[in-house]
Amino acid sequence: MSTPFPPIRRTPTTRRRSALKPWHYMPYVFVAPFFILFLSFGLFPLLFSAYASFFRWELSSGLAGMKWEGWGNYAFVLQLDALPWKQFFTGAFWSELHGLDFWRALYNTFWLGFASGLPQHLIAIPLAYFIHMKFRRARNPAIAMYFLPYITNTVAITLVFSSLFSRDFGVINQVLTGLAHFDVAGVRPLAWLFPDQNIDWGRPEYTRPIVAFIIWWRFVGWNTVLYLSALQTIPKDLYEAATIDGAGLWQQFRYITLPMLRPMILFAVTLTIIGNLQLFEEPFILTGGSGGVGQVAETVAMQMYKVGLTDGDFGTASAVAWLMFMVIAALTWLNNRYLGKKD
Amino acid sequence: MSASTSLLPPVALTPARARRRAWRNPVAWVPYALVLLGAVIMLVPFYFMFVFATHTNTEILSVPPPLWFGDAFLDNVRALVAERPHFWRSLGLSLWIAGAATVLNLFFCSLGGYGFSMYEFPGKNALFGGLMATMLLPAFVGMIPFVLLMKELDWLNTTRALIVPGACSAFGVFLMRQYIGSAVPRELVEAARMDGCGEFGIYWRVVVPLIGPAMGTLGLVTFIGAYNNFVGALLVMSDVDMFTAPLVLRSLQGTGQTPWGAISAGSAITVLPLLVLFVLYSRRLIEGLTAGAVKG
Repeated sequence: MSTPFPPIRRTPTTRRRSALKPWHYMPYVFVAPFFILFLSFGLFPLLFSAYASFFRWELSSGLAGMKWEGWGNYAFVLQLDALPWKQFFTGAFWSELHGLDFWRALYNTFWLGFASGLPQHLIAIPLAYFIHMKFRRARNPAIAMYFLPYITNTVAITLVFSSLFSRDFGVINQVLTGLAHFDVAGVRPLAWLFPDQNIDWGRPEYTRPIVAFIIWWRFVGWNTVLYLSALQTIPKDLYEAATIDGAGLWQQFRYITLPMLRPMILFAVTLTIIGNLQLFEEPFILTGGSGGVGQVAETVAMQMYKVGLTDGDFGTASAVAWLMFMVIAALTWLNNRYLGKKD
Repeated sequence: MSASTSLLPPVALTPARARRRAWRNPVAWVPYALVLLGAVIMLVPFYFMFVFATHTNTEILSVPPPLWFGDAFLDNVRALVAERPHFWRSLGLSLWIAGAATVLNLFFCSLGGYGFSMYEFPGKNALFGGLMATMLLPAFVGMIPFVLLMKELDWLNTTRALIVPGACSAFGVFLMRQYIGSAVPRELVEAARMDGCGEFGIYWRVVVPLIGPAMGTLGLVTFIGAYNNFVGALLVMSDVDMFTAPLVLRSLQGTGQTPWGAISAGSAITVLPLLVLFVLYSRRLIEGLTAGAVKG
């Protein structure tokens, strides 16, 4: 590779004799900070946790007390021996599986990831399309309103949500029962649709939906911005040609926008998968760190935190971490394979 | 698609008249109404955060709850400080950490972006590919060794632990590479070199003055991210004196009778710097982010 900036044109002979110039080695210095920081604070902990996952290693014992454990930590986390494999096709197997910590946390993580992730994209794509096609002066304020949740402090806003969802004084219950009690001349036209009584949002069956809603709320605007940026790159004349051919807004969306958006959908969904499988903050804060009644909202990341830093069992926590890593890698690969395939 | 079969498209409507006619059709309002409803859902929590911040606990816990601003904000702040005397210190720490992380990121990321965009060197593509790949690595997996590393370095309960590891983000280098590649002419760099400017001097005197907009975007992103960093602080800050603002807010939760007034006031104060930044610079932020994504 030749240097792009030869100050003076040289003949091949003089170039061979020339010494190492600053523009040969300085770029390495310029890009070094990122790699030094990543290797020490990113990659090293990542690989060390892979190593540690094969050891029995507890907070109290320190580095010297690490004992080789082989696949033992993984076996302990997965508990495959404890499962009634013979009843695989009956409910007993699955309820047993759900009783095991790791599998329950994995189920919760998938539940939350799916329930918050899918609506994010299903709403962000049409929203971005609509804003892109129809908004002129109101465009930036509209985007800003949807983007605002993304920049705010999760702790602060999750606490606000938990007060909005209170049973007796929460605004959400007030609105819902208010709509149910709304009456026109003695008739309550909305009573069938809305609850008559205050809903106890603290009950376990509501915990996951609330967490999923908060995550959806935070990230829908972020995804909208991603899709808007991709929409801007679609040539306008494609739409003009389609309009002249008589295609409506829906047909333009279906036959121009969606195919052209495909790379961005792949990218955004990948980000969502990686982010959602590491869910921590929202469920952690909303459930006060416990995972809620019956651990219904305890994610894998929360379990890893609990096992590793609260219980001090580093080996097991590292095994949980790497199982999570493998699930993320597998899903990212699958997503790439199915969304990323060329037609 | 029936119109596609006719040779001439219907051209009788001028765009303005077409728009006026469309507005008379109530069905055409539906998407706008939905967008508006969504925007309201996005804003409602902020509204109630500020409303609750101005009401006493009894008022918040009454039925119906307050829907408009009250006058108890200062009482709430006093209650907050009485409960958590280090609240202001924590807010200061959060601002300091975010500021320091921003300055370091601006410097290291623009330097790295300059290296990647203005030079050719063996291994460049592999290094840049590696940098992009790190964005996909789940950071959570290395959490426990990270905490132990901080302990070995004796960085626990120091602001360094939250500033240094994130001092140069992959996203920042990427953003800067894209921007410098399009905004700084290579001829300018070559001219400076011919005039005897050193490689770092070119960066400092030629490149930096030209990349203000990208610096603005990256600065905002970094500041917001570092200021909001909850998990990092949860991992390395155990000493109450070193709590950042998010940790203090969380510690108020579940202390018997939850002090909603104080929590809301604390939340409002914590979110306020971000809201001010966002109101002032949201265009810069969103356009910068989308431009970066477009070229990627």
